[in-house]
Amino acid sequence: MNLLDKFDPIVELRASLPFEKADPFKVVIEEVISETEAIIGGRHTILAGTNNYMGMTFNEEAIEAAKKALDDFGTGTTGSRVLNGTYGGHKALEATIADFYDMNECMVFSTGYQANLGIISALGGKDDFVIIDADSHASIYDGCAMGNATIVRFKHNDVEHMERRLKRLPADAGKLVVVEGMYSMLGDAAPLKELLEVAKQYGCMTLVDEAHSMGFCGENGRGIAEELGVEHLADFIVGTFSKSVGTVGGFAVSNHPKFDVLRFVSRPYIFTASLPPSVVASATASIQAISRSGNRRAHLWENARQLHSGLKDAGFSMCTQTAESPIIAVHLPDVMIGTRFWEQLLEEGVYANMAAPPATPAGMFLLRISVCAQHTSEQVSEIIARFKRTAEKVGLEV
Amino acid sequence: MAQTATLETIYGLIGPLNKKSVDLTPATTFASDLELDSLTVMDLVADIEDDFDIILPLNMLPDLETIGQVAEAVETIVAKG
Ligand SMILES: Cc1ncc(COP(=O)(O)O)c(C=O)c1O
Repeated sequence: MNLLDKFDPIVELRASLPFEKADPFKVVIEEVISETEAIIGGRHTILAGTNNYMGMTFNEEAIEAAKKALDDFGTGTTGSRVLNGTYGGHKALEATIADFYDMNECMVFSTGYQANLGIISALGGKDDFVIIDADSHASIYDGCAMGNATIVRFKHNDVEHMERRLKRLPADAGKLVVVEGMYSMLGDAAPLKELLEVAKQYGCMTLVDEAHSMGFCGENGRGIAEELGVEHLADFIVGTFSKSVGTVGGFAVSNHPKFDVLRFVSRPYIFTASLPPSVVASATASIQAISRSGNRRAHLWENARQLHSGLKDAGFSMCTQTAESPIIAVHLPDVMIGTRFWEQLLEEGVYANMAAPPATPAGMFLLRISVCAQHTSEQVSEIIARFKRTAEKVGLEV
Repeated sequence: MAQTATLETIYGLIGPLNKKSVDLTPATTFASDLELDSLTVMDLVADIEDDFDIILPLNMLPDLETIGQVAEAVETIVAKG
C-alpha cells in the first residue's frame, strides 16, 4: 500500500494545466528591489500579487527595530510562549496591539493560521456550536476540525441563510459565529453589521478575522468592524502580521475578562515556539507606523480605485462592482485562458495571482491583483496597460 | 432503512443536479455515481437543511456517502427535534 497513491488525481490535475513558460506554483523571487518590484526569471517585475498592502516590508523603523532586537536578543527564543519563549518584546507587542484595537487583552501567536486554530479550537467545546461562512479561510476550517464543537455552515455573506440556521440551534447552547471582514479571493467585504447584529440577537459570541482588512479599513486601520462602527459587537478579533504588517505572526484581541485563560488551553499557542525577537520588534514598530499612516491608507484606496476602474473600462469582467478592497479580481472564462493569461502577464513583467477551484467560490478562474500603498499611480497605469496587452496576446475578448 | 417520503424529498432536491440522469436509489453515491463536486454538495446540503428545517453539521458530512445514509441521518436529526 503506497500512501502517496491517493494523491494521483491531484498530480494529474496539475500536469494537465497548460503552462509552458512558467508555473505559478514554482515562481522564485530572485531579488527584491522594493515593496513593489522584484526580479523574477531574470526579469524586472511589478509585484501585484503580494499581501504587502501597506508596503511595510521595508519600513525603516521596523527594520531598525528588528536589527537591534537581533543584536540584543539573538535569532530566536527556542521555546514556547508559556515556557521560556515570552520576552519583554512579546509583552510590549501585545500591549501595542491591545492599544491599537483599544481592547483590554491580546495574545500573540506564531502565525495568523495558528491564531485561528488556537482560538476557535479552544472556544468550540463538545456541546458548543461554531457557525462559519462557507468561504472561510482554511485556518478557520482547520480550527473547527481541531475542536470538538458541532460545525454549522452558512452561504457566503448571506445573513438570512445564517439566521435560518441560528434559529434551529438550542437557545441556551454556547455558540460562536466566525466571519472574515474581507474575503481574500474576490476581495469582497462582509455585511458585518448585519451579520454581527443577527449573531448577537441569537446569543452568539462572535469572532471577526481581519487578516485582509487590517491596516487600511477604518479610520485607524483596524479593519472592517471599525469602518462599519461595529467593533462593540465583535467578542474576538483575529489578525495577522503577514499582510499589512509586513512580517509574520498572528494575534487575537478581546475585552473578555476571562480571555487570558486561553493561554493555558490553546494548544497552537502552547505547543510551538514563540516568534523570534526581531520579528516581534518589527511587528511592533510596523503597527505603530500603521496607526499613523492615514495618508498611506488614502493612497492605497486611490490605487485600488484606479486599478478597478481602469480594468473595468478596458472591458474586463470584474468580481466586485466597485473597489471594495485592495484586492481586485477579474474573472477569466476557463482554465486555458486562465493559465495563458497568468503566464503571459508574468512575461509582460507583472506578477499577479491565478486562483482556481477549489480555492475559489463556484468553480471560478480568477486573476487576482493586490495593490500596495507604495505602488505609484504610474505603476498602476502600467499594470492596466499590461493587462490589456496580455488580453490581446492570449486572445481574451474583453 | 429510511422512509420512502424522506427519500422522495431528497430525490426531488437532487433532481436538478442529476445532470447525467443517474437512477436514484438509496445506494446512489454523491461522489462517484452523481459526480457532484464539493460546491454542489454544499448547496444540496443547504437545501436539505432548509427543506427539513434541520442542521446537518459539517462534522457529519464525511460519513454520508449515499442518499440512503443522508436520509437516515435526516430522520435521526428530525426525531431528536
Ligand atoms: C482570512 C485569513 N486568516 C488567516 C490567515 C493566516 O495568516 P498567516 O499567514 O499569518 O498564517 C490568512 C492568510 O493566509 C487569511 O487569509
